[in-house]
Amino acid sequence: MNDETTQNSIKRSSENKIIEITCMHKWFGDLHVLNDISLTVYKGERIVICGPSGSGKSTLIRCINRLEEHQKGTILVDGIELTNNLKNIEKIREEVGMVFQHFNLFPHLTIIENLSLGPIWVRKKPKKEAEEMAMYYLEKVHIAEQAHKFPGQLSGGQQQRVAIARSLCMKPKVLLFDEPTSALDPEMVKEVLDVMINLAEEGMTMIVVSHEMGFAKSVAHRVMFMDFGQFVEENTPHEFFHNPRHDRTKLFLSQILH
Amino acid sequence: MKSNLFNGVYNSLLTIVILFFLYQVIPPFVKWAFIDSFWFSTSEQCRAGHGACWSIIPANIRFILFGFYPHELHWRPFVAIIMLVSLLLYSKNRNHWKMSLCYLWIAGLITMGILMRGGVFGLRAVESDQWGGLPLTLMLSVFGMVAAYPLGILLALGRRSKMPAIKTVSILYIELIRGVPLISLLFMSAVLFPLFLPQGLTLNKILRAQAAIIMFTAAYIAEVVRGGLQAITRGQYEAAESLGLNYAQKMRLVILPQALKIVIPPSVGILISAFKDTSLVVIIALYDILKTTKSALANPLWTGFSPEAYIFVALIYFVCCYAMSNYSRRLEKELHT
Repeated sequence: MNDETTQNSIKRSSENKIIEITCMHKWFGDLHVLNDISLTVYKGERIVICGPSGSGKSTLIRCINRLEEHQKGTILVDGIELTNNLKNIEKIREEVGMVFQHFNLFPHLTIIENLSLGPIWVRKKPKKEAEEMAMYYLEKVHIAEQAHKFPGQLSGGQQQRVAIARSLCMKPKVLLFDEPTSALDPEMVKEVLDVMINLAEEGMTMIVVSHEMGFAKSVAHRVMFMDFGQFVEENTPHEFFHNPRHDRTKLFLSQILH
Repeated sequence: MKSNLFNGVYNSLLTIVILFFLYQVIPPFVKWAFIDSFWFSTSEQCRAGHGACWSIIPANIRFILFGFYPHELHWRPFVAIIMLVSLLLYSKNRNHWKMSLCYLWIAGLITMGILMRGGVFGLRAVESDQWGGLPLTLMLSVFGMVAAYPLGILLALGRRSKMPAIKTVSILYIELIRGVPLISLLFMSAVLFPLFLPQGLTLNKILRAQAAIIMFTAAYIAEVVRGGLQAITRGQYEAAESLGLNYAQKMRLVILPQALKIVIPPSVGILISAFKDTSLVVIIALYDILKTTKSALANPLWTGFSPEAYIFVALIYFVCCYAMSNYSRRLEKELHT
């Protein structure tokens, strides 16, 4: 896939917007963690956000499903504005999946119970149907044989694949990834990235906070570089890696690419 | 054995001293309790001998177990206790934890209530001030625990709530109740509480004591459960939220199952002390099993045999408490993942 065709495959029209963030600010006490963030994501688009630690990239995607509250500006997800309205927050969370750095599987439930929990209680699916769907997605992440084990019995890479499958069971419109591979042993990174690349090829809308430049190069439509709570640079992967415009981007890339 | 008991001068000395002490205590006790003892004699025979007079127990067993409940109707509380114990034993198995168990308990409780109270189906009515002994102790403690646990969970959730009103009320409740001894709560329930009720309306004394015990135990349970809630990492809350679960679902399906599992040992500690604390109801003139035993000893025929009687009651308490702690250990093992 080259950049031109992937760019063109996304329809950038107003009815195709899935997330629209306008002039959003967030403070942690006196710390201005997000400073005037604006970002529009279209259906089917894949965005990789990178930047030094503490730059606010995780906070940004956590604002999208209201795990963090923003203080100024607006966030629209699938046409619904995020406010303190609990019903809206729950509705948005149903449509937005999240994969965490530390997997956060439920340790007291088996793998298949982890996966069917959301469909049964949130989507009100019958148990049998939910479990069939769970098995379908477990097969997709190549882990169906572990369905009746507990999370503690799985390796980190397997747990993260289960976590991705758990999000998929909710049939989300957007999937957020918060540094999905940074808590993994190096030999397990690939199995998780492969699953993510598969998802990307199927057209899932993804926002990925990650330092995995290989992933960014192969599937992202856009790479965004953040520092001090602001977007510094936004570009296609090819341009971003070969032709960075900003000094800060160049410094960052030289540090992570060696 | 040698390395454990006789390694070095100091340890050898200690071992010898303790062995000597045990020699002084155990043989006389065995002689008193088993060899010279009386089991089914009259009190005169007991007084003539030197051993333990266990006869006090068979001679007074019905009063100790059932208090002032009419003598000819003792089968009713007896059947009620058997039902309660079998329900408890049946509920031990986690495979039985279904909705049907709930209905079984409701049916059981209604039957027990009818048996104790009477007044319907041709059963003679027995007023609750005649209830006493083991049924009273078991009733106060089982209902105390069963009602206090959910209340404690609600209070723990309330204390961690983001809503200031709920949070303040929960903190006030927990701190106020934990700040006073159970005895003073029981006094308040007996003396103060009726003053607040409208004229003419009286609430049964047993119910008032029951309420005091529930309120007291719930405050302690709340703090233990709160500890468990705090032990659950933020990631678990976030994962549950990001699936779109609402607050009640998040707590019930994800957080509480994990938190309650962590706090099984301290909760059982509280439940065991709550069980034993029911004996404090004597101060508001309820006849629990400890008080009926004491009353049996007040009979001139049997005065002076209190060690035997109290050992018997202690055994009853021990069996119940040991069963609880044993079960909690088993539950912990079963739920281990």
